[in-house]
This record gives sequence, C-alpha cells and structure tokens, in this order.
Amino acid sequence: MAESKGMFVDTSYCTGCKGCQVACKEWNNLPMADHIGFTGNSYDNTEKLSAQNWRHVKFIEQFSDDRSMQRWLFMSDSCKHCQHAGCMQVCPTNAIIRTEFDTVYVDQDVCIGCRYCVAGCPFGVISMDEVSGTAKKCTLCYDRLQEGMQPACAQTCPTGAIQFGNVEELRAKAEARAQVLRKSGEQEVHIYGTEETFGGLNVFYLLLDKPEVYGLPTNGKLPSQKLGRGYVSSLIGLVGVGLAGLLTFRANRMKMLEEQKDEHFSS
Amino acid sequence: MPGLGTSFGRGGATTTPRDLAESDCIVIMGSNFAENHPVGFKWVLKAKEKGAKVLSIDPRFTRTSALATSYTPMRSGSDIAFLGGLINYVLQNEKYFKEYVLNYTNASFIVKDTFQDTEDLEGLFSGFDADKRSYNQSLWDFERDEPVKPTGELKTLTERIAAKKLKGHPKRDETLQHPRSVFQILKKHFARYTPEMVEQICGTPKQDFIKIAETITENSGKDRTTAFCYAMGWTQHTTGTQLIRAAGILQSLLGNMGRPGGGIMALRGHSNVQGATDLSTLYNLLNGYLNTPTVKKNHDTLENYLFEETKPTGWWVNYPKYMVSLLKAMFGDAATPENQFGYDYLPKLIGNHSHYNMFEDMHKGIVKGFFALGQNPAIGGQNAKFQREALGKLDWMVVRDPFLTETATFWYKAPEVVNGEINTEDIKTEIFFFPTAVFAETDGSFTNTSRMAQWKEKAADPPGDCRSDISFTYELGKRMKELYKNSTNDRDWPIHNFTWDYEPKEEDGFKIKEPDTVAMLKEINGYYVNSGKQVEKFADLKDDGSTACGCWIYTGVFPNSETNLAASRKGDDYVSLKWGFSWPSNRHVIYNRASADPAGRPWSDRKKYVWWDGTKWTGLDVPDFVVTKAPDSKAKPDGIGMDYLSGTDPFIMNPDGVIQLYGPLADGPLPTHYEPVDAPVGNKLYPKYPHNPAAIYYKNIPHNEVHGVGNPKYPHIMTTYRVTEHHLSGAMSRWLPWLAEIMPEVFLEISPELARSLGIQNGDWVTIETARSKAEAKALVTKRMRPFHIDGKVVHQVGMPIHWGYAGIATGSASNELTAIVGDPNANIHESKAFTCNVRKGRIKEGV
Repeated sequence: MAESKGMFVDTSYCTGCKGCQVACKEWNNLPMADHIGFTGNSYDNTEKLSAQNWRHVKFIEQFSDDRSMQRWLFMSDSCKHCQHAGCMQVCPTNAIIRTEFDTVYVDQDVCIGCRYCVAGCPFGVISMDEVSGTAKKCTLCYDRLQEGMQPACAQTCPTGAIQFGNVEELRAKAEARAQVLRKSGEQEVHIYGTEETFGGLNVFYLLLDKPEVYGLPTNGKLPSQKLGRGYVSSLIGLVGVGLAGLLTFRANRMKMLEEQKDEHFSS
Repeated sequence: MPGLGTSFGRGGATTTPRDLAESDCIVIMGSNFAENHPVGFKWVLKAKEKGAKVLSIDPRFTRTSALATSYTPMRSGSDIAFLGGLINYVLQNEKYFKEYVLNYTNASFIVKDTFQDTEDLEGLFSGFDADKRSYNQSLWDFERDEPVKPTGELKTLTERIAAKKLKGHPKRDETLQHPRSVFQILKKHFARYTPEMVEQICGTPKQDFIKIAETITENSGKDRTTAFCYAMGWTQHTTGTQLIRAAGILQSLLGNMGRPGGGIMALRGHSNVQGATDLSTLYNLLNGYLNTPTVKKNHDTLENYLFEETKPTGWWVNYPKYMVSLLKAMFGDAATPENQFGYDYLPKLIGNHSHYNMFEDMHKGIVKGFFALGQNPAIGGQNAKFQREALGKLDWMVVRDPFLTETATFWYKAPEVVNGEINTEDIKTEIFFFPTAVFAETDGSFTNTSRMAQWKEKAADPPGDCRSDISFTYELGKRMKELYKNSTNDRDWPIHNFTWDYEPKEEDGFKIKEPDTVAMLKEINGYYVNSGKQVEKFADLKDDGSTACGCWIYTGVFPNSETNLAASRKGDDYVSLKWGFSWPSNRHVIYNRASADPAGRPWSDRKKYVWWDGTKWTGLDVPDFVVTKAPDSKAKPDGIGMDYLSGTDPFIMNPDGVIQLYGPLADGPLPTHYEPVDAPVGNKLYPKYPHNPAAIYYKNIPHNEVHGVGNPKYPHIMTTYRVTEHHLSGAMSRWLPWLAEIMPEVFLEISPELARSLGIQNGDWVTIETARSKAEAKALVTKRMRPFHIDGKVVHQVGMPIHWGYAGIATGSASNELTAIVGDPNANIHESKAFTCNVRKGRIKEGV
C-alpha cells in the first residue's frame, strides 16, 4: 500500500463558502436535490450528508443571551475514511474496500444495495442513491488520486481549510496549528480523528469547540469492538448483533443531533 | 472612486489583497470580505496567522465577523459618525504620525477666509445654493502665493496650457497652529465626534469603540501599519463618497498610505469592475479617467476642453497628451491637427446621463432603444418596478446574457404582470435575446480589484451559435460602417472613421472565431503612429498626434509587439512584479514614495518598501515617483507639472503633490455625518440638516418616495448585501443547479427580539414593505442581528441579500423592489445599504 492519504480540515480557516460542496458535485457529477428550499438552519442547505451530497458545510451559531459570547462556527464535513470503518465491516459483498491510498471506497459494481452500511456508519455519511439502488459517499476523489491529483474540494478551497496529503504529515501540521491557536487564546481547540476515534480518521479535523458542538460522536468505538471474542467467529452473529447495536447507536446519535438542533433554534 | 481620487489622486485601490498579509491590523468595514471576496480573504487570514488584528465592523455578524479577531456592531448608515469618531480620537489624543502628516498631507495649508465649516453654519459649508442643491466650491480654496510665470520657451500644447493656468504654491503654517490651517479646521470639524456621540449615533457601545480606536492607533506608525478594506457597504449611501474620504483622512493622519500593510483596499464588486471603469463604462468618463466633453463647460474646441480639464501642476499636466493620443487611437489617420483630431465628433453631455437619468428618459419615451449587455436592471436596478416600467416603454431592447434573465422575461414574468396590474399586451417593447459566450469561451483580460490586468485564454468554443460580447460589438460596428458607407452627412464622420480592424486570427484551433483581442490590447497600450512600434511607457505619449493610445494608464502592458505582460505568470513570495500587469506602470502599492521618510529612507526596517539609494528610487515595487528625482530636489519656482513638486511630494497625481486631507467634493471639503434619506432618527449633530443637503433626488420618478426621518410606517432599518453562494442579480448563479441549491431561497435576517415582537418564527414567510413596493422572504431569526440603542431609542436592524428574482431555478423577491432611486452627489450612487422598511408576518397576497 502507498502512504495513507487523507485530509486535514482546519475549521479555523473555513469561511463557510460552500465552494467545496460545489466542487464535489461538479467533479463527481452529483445532481441538484429534487426539492430545494430554505432550511432555516443558519446558512446550511443540506443539513446532512447523503448519496447526493458528499460534502456538507455545517453552520453553528453560538451566541449567549446578551451576545457577550458570539461565534459562528463552520465545518466542512465529508466521509472520514475511518481506520475502523463501520460501513466496510458490515458490507456483506465486500463492495466497500480499502484502496491503495488507504481510503474507503464503495465499488458501485459490487454493491447490492442491502443498506447495512447505512446503519453501519457512525457518522451518518453513507446513504442510498434511489436511482442507482446503491450506497454512495465521498470517494476522496479516488479517480483524481489515481491521476496524481488532489480531491476537488481541497483544490477549490480558497483559504486552505481543506488540506490534502499524507496523513502522518497532516497530523503533524494539525498539532502545530492547534498549539499556535491554544497559545493565541483559543481554549477549546480539539483535534478530532486521532487513533481513539474509530482507529483514526484519515479525514480529520481541527475544531474550535468540543466535537459534540459539531454533532460529532464522542464515543469512538464501533459496537463490534465491544463484543466478546466468541461472536467474532460467527459471521452471521456479528452482522446481526452488530447491526442491532449500530441501529441503537445511530438512533441515539440522531436523538442527540435533534436535541442540538432544538437548542440551536431556541437560541 | 472620487472618494479615493480626491484624497490621493487616483480612484483605484491603493494596495493589493496580497499586501494585506503584511498588515498589523486590518479593518473590514463596509465590506463582507470573507463572503464576497473569498479568494482574496486568504491574505487576511495569512496576516491573522502572523498575529495581525482583524476588526470586523458591521451592522450584521457576518462570515467575515466569524473569522475576525473582533466584531463591533454599528447601525447601517452611521459610518461617517464612526470614522469621524476615530479621526477625532486620533487628533485629540495626538496619535497622528506627525512627520508624515506635516510632509505628505495638506495639513499645513491655509484655507481662505471665505470657507465656513458645518460647525459655523449648523450643518452646511459656505457657498450652498439651496435651489440648485450645490456648493460654490471656489469659496473653499487655499490661500496661495502669486504664481511665477514660466520663463523658458513653451514648446508643446501641454506646456502652453499649463503655463496659462499656473497657480502659486499654497501658503502654509508648518506649526499647524493657524486657525485656518487644514489641521485646525479638521480638529474643529470633528471635535464633536466623541466616543459618547459615536455611541448615541451608531449604537456602538463606547468601550467597544475605544477598543477599536486603540487597536488601530497602536498598529499604526513608523514600525506598524493598518489597512482598511471596504466595498459596496461604504459606497451605496447618499454620503458614500465622503465616507471613503473619511477613511482616507484617517489613514493619512495615521501615516498608513503608500506603505506595505497599509492603504485602502477598495474591494470591487465584480471581477472586472476596475477594468470596466478604466475603459469608460461610466457616462462621464472616457478611457483612462479623461472627462467626457460637456456643453456645461467651455468645451467647444479641443484646446478649450484641454484648458478646462488640464491641471497645470502634478502629473495631470500631461492630460493633453493622453487625450490627443486617445483621439488618434479612435480615429487613426483621419484625426489630424486641422480637424482637432476629430474632437468635435465626440458626443457631448447635455446633463446627467447616469443609469437613473437614462431610465427616467426611457420612461418618458426619449430613450427608445436599449442594449443590456450582461446587465439585469429589471431586478438589479433600484426601484425595480420602475425600472421594468421604463423597459416596457422602449421600442426595442437587446438582451445579451447566458440565460433568460429577468430583464429578458419581464414582459410575462414580472410580479406586476403575474398579478394582473399590467397586461403583457400593453408592453410594446420588442426584445432581441442573444445567448452569450461566457468568460472561458473567449480570450481577454480581467482587471482585478488591485488594478492588475490578467490575461485569460479561451478554453472552449461556446455552445451552439453563442458569441461573446466583444464579438457582438465588433460585428455591430462593422455593420454600422457598412450601413453608413454611402452617407455624406458630416455627422456620420465618426462612423466612417473610427478605427475598427480586429479581424479574427486565421488559425487558433477553435471553430468559432473571435475578434483579435490581442490587437485591442496593443492599441490600449499605445503605439507610435509613424512606425507602428509599441509605446513603452505613458511618459512617452505626445500631444501632437504622433502617438496613439487607447487608455494611457495601461501603457506598458504591451511594451513591444511580442510581450503581453498581462499574460505574464511568474509569481514570487511577495510583490510578484512578474505576475500580470498593474496599472500604472506595474506599480502594486501606489504612492509608495510615502513608504520612505522625506530624506528617502524607509520609515523603519520592518516596513521598508521603496527608498532612495543615493542615485535613484528603488525597492520591492516599481517606484511611484520620478525615479531619478532626489528627495532633496526643490520645487522649481516657475515649474509646471512635475517641476512644481519637490522630492518630498509623493502624491504626484494631486496638483500640490500631497494628500488632500481637505479636498473639494460636491458635498463639501470634509466628510460630515448626515442620515440616510430613509432614517430612523434625525441628525444628532446637525438637526437642521438630517440628510446630505446635496443628495440627488428623483422626485419625478413614479412610486419613488423616500421615507424621511422617523417615518412611523417604516420603523426598521434595512440593509442589503450579497452572500458567497450567488453573484450580483443571480444571472450567473441562480440558473446553475449546483449554485442555485446552495442558497435556494431569499431570506430576511431578523433578530430574535424583533421576531418575537412581530410574532415571527424562524422559517416563516414575511413581507417587507417600503413606499416603493413590497418583497417577501423567509425569516431567518438569528442573534447575528441585533437591535441598536440609538440616542435612547431602540431601533431594529434587518437585512436581506440581493440576489433573487422571478426567473431561473432559485427564485424569490428582489431586494430592489424596496430600494429608492436617490443619488450621492459625487458618484450618483443609490442608498441600498441603509433604508427603512416595515416587516410583517405572512406573504404578499398578490404573489411575486
């Protein structure tokens, strides 16, 4: 395998311009949504990642009652290309593979549309394309990588908030940047996506607040890792129990997200 | 543009986005930099990374505010009060850069005793004519010495004109104590702009304002520089020009002009606004900022025109050279000294022919035909309903755009047609729609926000039979020549004689042939008439007809027949002189002589940029000065042009070679706070004059009433703006699915406080009303908006982006349904950044 490729998304440089969303759709030829309309959720237009939206900029308005504390956080989100990829673990046909770039890729020719991966992703990244009947998500522009190019979103990002490269080098950059920010008084700087989060995320983030503020799960373990050794020997058991666990996990997560949204609206 | 021009000599941004990375403090006010100039904003972030303060001052908490180091709220329409407060803070606390102010500004000049300030006349300067709503500016002149008549032989037209017009040097008081010195006049004029007054007028808490003042002054001086960035948030006011003047005065007092990391960055609203303005997009300007001849001045002959327009001192002494060379470029061999180079054939202005007056004339049936090339006035024009009514009175209209814009479809899609107020059958305008090529489908150039021309190559043929605007215009010219070829009328002389030879190059690999844009750029650069050789620099242009030049400020962009510097692409890690071509003469930071002290040494090592090396000016940029003129050169007593200026006069475009802290404009020599024509409160400083007394009103335009002060029907302040996701009237974004969906619907940003009082929930439909018309939008209830406490009164601010209309994929109300047609007296620009409105829950019944 070549070196691990990934992206470092430095939200402290993100201006929320959505250029990454457009570049992604253009390169990957993803359609406009069937119905477009105002979400009411700040400047967010999709509210989630999906088979049609492989990138999504989150907008988080943080204002205290008297506005003495005022922040508007932006985060350009996509598939994290996890080391412990829930989607890959549950895929019964091996349609979801790890590429030579150490990224997670859904082979559209092999996908049977069983939807296990949809439940298997702890981030809600992957979903079904109703037209093709297959699961889709960010490929980290696998086709561009094969030609020695960087992903479309990273190339278009005007401020360098999305940086593509070798994961190890990017991690060092992220650490250095976090230190600078902490020194300048940013108290809540987090690097999200280190080893304890699903074995490490190839697409990882510098956040200006706690991960939960951005709607990111803080429990970085897949349910399968919590199961006893005995179950591992049984593929059927693994899938069955894993799925049940994941569904619960996902339900909890969605509930958490809903609560956050409610909070947002009331603020 | 006149705001910067009056202060510094040129209307262009004084610095570059790249140079902002060298700033210690960047003030972003009247601009939403991050959202509307997302690529250039990376340099602001670079400065921030190096420890610079980034101050966002805005009525709304924007995406720029989110990335800034601090956010300070202020009410829309109170900018001059805020900047005046900063000027007063600098003067009262002696935070100005004394050596810079004394040497490089007109602070020491003595003003005639016929000048009276707004402080003397309760809100007016001396010389106001209430009927004409204009000033007699001669009362504001400086006291000057007797001119010394030039003794040498006067060889050229330029020299003869200058000698005849020469004025004496201004009288000065270097101690700055004379009560009529500019410095003392400034002090008196701004004395009442205290932090308390700023709080009462702007709604900005006093301590927040002082913090801003401290940050700016701490980051200005010999060793540190502060930059100001503005855009339409400053220009679109009836006081817009003076607003930019206020920033100019402040930056000059702080010594931030002409220096790395300093300056005033005018962020243009379109990739080629600077280029379009340079090449006479405005009715009153010919190419290169030469004035269009008018019947209102003694412009009957070329010599009289040149006498009127030429300044005898400073660089503009060369005006005749640029005008004659332009006429030679326009009319070629037909332009001779005997026929005044064809001057008589230029159309002369008979009044104000700006967009609004043109539409007023259209509405009256005087203007019968109209070309809308890349313009969408049906929603992009203020009081949009009136604009559409005017379009409906035309005999014919040509619309050229990539998509069927609102202007092309108003006759069946406009709100007043859909709701039955106007019948399509009654609109007689015959409309010709030409789908156009887009930017990547033609060669050409853009001149960006920092005066840099960058060449672009055609990447693909346009679809079908689409053509570029250049192609259309070239064909139109050819066909006009053909149509009039047998005419013997003298009035058709210019049609017979304008130079028009830009035939497509034979082989460029594309199916659709475009006119030869390289030939156009060569002509813009200028050439010697006899040899056909390119002119290398504008100093070589002549007033005798031996040179031809399409736009003198671009001379040097094509210095020989092989070299297109706009296409050069060798960047480096800073100034990048080999990337593109920045007018004038590839200078990036203009007025850069001021980056050195009077003796020619950098003010500090940290801020060195251009300096005198003992024999010449040199440094990181192209010096904006006569390269061999030593710092200790004295002004010649009888000197004209540049000889009138000394080696310490860096602002060579100004007649006295220095910054005009005090400089004449249509509404005064100094900026003064006046409220917008729609204002929530009266003028706290000058109650007798709530609004700019020289503002231009259009009272004969239908449904164009302004609201005045404190109109109870329209209690809230509205501001309009852009979002990153769309472009201008949306003509290039709302039709593209991937752009339409990322900001799909128009919204009204509204504070939770106001929403609660009006019973509005996030996501509800709301209707916004003004005396002009109505618009509807979805409510975006957000704490990013806030109520302001203005002089004891709570005033709510709302905001609405400008991009929507009734055609395209993403549709919605245009904010211009609400705006009024009014004009700043200097630039004729409207006041869409601050007006008043009413907001109610629910939709417009009539539909949109």
